[in-house]
Amino acid sequence: MMGQGRLAAWGVGLAALVALPFVYRDPYHLHILVLILIWSFAYTSWSMMGRFGLVSLGHGGFMGIGAYVTALLWNHAGLSPWIGIPISMAAAGALAMIVGYPCFRFRITGHYFVLVTLALSGIVLQVITATRDYTGGSLGYTPNRASGNRLLALQFDDKTTWYLIALAVWLFGIVVWHWVDRSMARYALEAISEDEDAAAAAGVDVTAEKLKITLLSALMTALAGAIYCQYQMFITPDTVSGIAVSLQMVFAAIVGGLFVSLGPTVGAIITILLAETLRIGFGTKAVGWDNLVYGVLLVLFIIFLPKGILGSLLDRLKLQRKVPRAHEQKAVQVARPGA
Amino acid sequence: MQAFLDVFDIYLLEAVINGILLGGVLALLALGLNLIFGVIDVTWICYAELVMIGMYGMYFMVQYYGVSYFVAAPLTIMLVAVLGAALHYLVIAPLLTAPPINQLLATGGVLFVLQSFATVAFGIDFRNLGIRLPVLAFGDMNFSYARLLSFAAALVGMVAVYLFMTRTFTGTAIRAISQDRQIMALMGVDTKRIYLITSALGGALAGLAACLLVLQYDVHPFVGLSFGPITFLICVLGGLGNFIGGFIAAFVFAEIISLGGLFSDLEWGYVLAFAFFIVMMFIRPAGLLARRR
Repeated sequence: MMGQGRLAAWGVGLAALVALPFVYRDPYHLHILVLILIWSFAYTSWSMMGRFGLVSLGHGGFMGIGAYVTALLWNHAGLSPWIGIPISMAAAGALAMIVGYPCFRFRITGHYFVLVTLALSGIVLQVITATRDYTGGSLGYTPNRASGNRLLALQFDDKTTWYLIALAVWLFGIVVWHWVDRSMARYALEAISEDEDAAAAAGVDVTAEKLKITLLSALMTALAGAIYCQYQMFITPDTVSGIAVSLQMVFAAIVGGLFVSLGPTVGAIITILLAETLRIGFGTKAVGWDNLVYGVLLVLFIIFLPKGILGSLLDRLKLQRKVPRAHEQKAVQVARPGA
Repeated sequence: MQAFLDVFDIYLLEAVINGILLGGVLALLALGLNLIFGVIDVTWICYAELVMIGMYGMYFMVQYYGVSYFVAAPLTIMLVAVLGAALHYLVIAPLLTAPPINQLLATGGVLFVLQSFATVAFGIDFRNLGIRLPVLAFGDMNFSYARLLSFAAALVGMVAVYLFMTRTFTGTAIRAISQDRQIMALMGVDTKRIYLITSALGGALAGLAACLLVLQYDVHPFVGLSFGPITFLICVLGGLGNFIGGFIAAFVFAEIISLGGLFSDLEWGYVLAFAFFIVMMFIRPAGLLARRR
């Protein structure tokens, strides 16, 4: 339960975030903020599964579907993103069910689950590249500029509107995170990640619980992809799908902290600021350096700080007040295949 | 109509044989990964990136320092073997007791490091050795010598690993550890040493694959992404750690890619292979040759 103080802090913080674009209008900084919010939402979506030991590298695929289906429906069928986004989310959700059901039914966990989902993002990437007559292949794809109603086309030129949209979507992600955190499903999923057989014996429907969280996570990731596409108005297979994007999600969520609601957001702030600083500081010479730093950080974090920056920080604070919950005392205690 | 069928058959046969040749290299890649998985119980997500570094090693030795191909190849194999051992020592060893997913993600971090290291150090240009091997015409079919050579070398490499694993004491110890990780330490086997040797061996196989792939493909920092995922799928399809399963799966995959590419674009071959993989996960979730538990 949230205390009065925390609720007040959230309220003040949100009010400040909403007020920000009306006070401060630097377009570049707003652009960075919008990117941070959109990617935070994507990382939060990933962490909803990841925190229960369901490490998926298929989320790049869901994000790609969200972005490309929305854009393709707009360009080829003239469907407004208001209809296209739900359709793309449904498509990603359907794919998640098709791949998730056998995985969970046949107890594909740990390494196997990671590699199966890796195949999934590989498929989506290859399909986007192979259907280059429609999707533009690796050269990228641009949704047509709307001639009429901008709201209908979900295309806006000013950063303030996009900032508010991204903020709303991000907030939605955080709310869903808390909703899952307080539901019975969380206890069921924690039990599953500790020991699947024991959880099943205790009356948890393992397959159904896993499917539910996977579906939720996939739907949200597709939404993130669609919003990203509408904001950037240009997508390439490599920026919204594939293994690199999936790994990027894993990386940000782990660096920020998997088990706290704002962890992925902190991860997004760190990674995007790092990339931008390097880009501005070194210009084209910086190509590759951001990923080099990411990679080294990822390895160091997993070895020395598996709960992430925010997670470890909150623990430090919490230790003085109360004993942490049992699952938080463990390091990233994720999927133990059949042991 | 008859003429059309004749042409078709020749192409089909050519595709089948090219698939077998491709399968040889894929089997070699899968063997290295399976070895690491079977013995250390770790998946090196960055395995294909080790191959990429090896390919750069070959490129620079042959192109810049004028070393002959056959001298550069052993050096590259040694270089990647050292890399593999270093990877184990620096990244995997501190995480041996951590949950397996953490090890896998840490090697994901290494993937980023190697890729961006190559980008920073060598740029994103496509480079090739500039060695043009002749094409062998057999009947109406064409096969590149590069592929034949790769296939032969991959087979030799695999036989060498097989002999090492079955005929030497170290090989026997490696196989024993893959059967029971805890007990072997009690039997007086130095598991740390065996892990290091296995990692170096896995690296060496990646190096050998690099020497062969550099003959057929251009090198660029993201080349690993083009055959990395397929290698993982082969290993999973064959059953992680199952050498024979991986060997068979490599050829099955290579045939699907080759034949799929014959009827349409090469990407569709890959899409077919991926789809086949997911369907197989329904039917045989623990791999082609899974032992029933």
